[in-house]
Amino acid sequence: MKVGVVTFPGSLDDVDALRAVGIAGHEAVALWHGDHDLKGVDAIVLPGGFSYGDYLRCGAISRFSPVMTDVIEAAGRGMPVLGICNGFQILCESHLLPGALIRNDHRKFVCRDQRLRIENNRTPWTSAYAEGDEVTIVLKNGEGGFVADDATLDRLEGEGQVVARYLVDNPNGSLRDIAGVTNERGNVVGLMPHPEHAVEDLTGAGTDGLGFFTSLVERAFA
Amino acid sequence: MPKPEILDPQGKAVHGALPRLGFSGVTDVRQGKRFELELDGEITDEVLAEVEKMAETLLSNPVIENYTVRVEAPSDEVGA
Repeated sequence: MKVGVVTFPGSLDDVDALRAVGIAGHEAVALWHGDHDLKGVDAIVLPGGFSYGDYLRCGAISRFSPVMTDVIEAAGRGMPVLGICNGFQILCESHLLPGALIRNDHRKFVCRDQRLRIENNRTPWTSAYAEGDEVTIVLKNGEGGFVADDATLDRLEGEGQVVARYLVDNPNGSLRDIAGVTNERGNVVGLMPHPEHAVEDLTGAGTDGLGFFTSLVERAFA
Repeated sequence: MPKPEILDPQGKAVHGALPRLGFSGVTDVRQGKRFELELDGEITDEVLAEVEKMAETLLSNPVIENYTVRVEAPSDEVGA
């Protein structure tokens, strides 16, 4: 598959995301925030970082980038979209995903290997996992607290839209230990931890993150 | 402003610092943002409606924040 990774001004993990896409056996395509051009990709990753310096609110300005018009339109057609960390924040600001991400409750930046449970393997980004799989994926954020009102949280739980949950120790005050969610249709996924940093044994905590990128293939040939 | 039900870690930090400086009696602190927009011409209902739209679209995130719009004449500041 052709998988695009968007670079915004201040994106940090776009190159790692492109690399992860390649390692998973896809054609990695660099996309630019200022273009109205998705270059014929089949799936899109919005990477982590500090786009626009996190000014105003994390993701609030990127959300209005030219490319986001096309991303939102493609997501509406069912194209798989994965937002990682800052990408997750952009998807929430775009209202492609419910809820919002606020400053960590303990007010400190957190950077560590995080245990997670995959709660939903029915998305194009998680089908390589089994439901209930416990994995270790790098987490690094200052504003990663997932919040939404109780009715929304109940709906997310009821509809199986919680994709991943923090295990052992909630790192940022996310309500109900939510680390990742999906939209109603299941094609758009937001995740605070960074699977693109957990795809090779040489670096990081292992290769548990690779499944987020190989899932696309397994679905295509399913 | 962050909605009342949304945790405000920054406000909490400020709240924690006040007693350390000897300021007492503060029961809570919430931290928000203030934007000053300078506009051309008269502030009509249409202009105000447009500003409300700006507040709702970009300046605030309605999922976690409330906002209020207030009109001030430039002379408010100059004359102070």
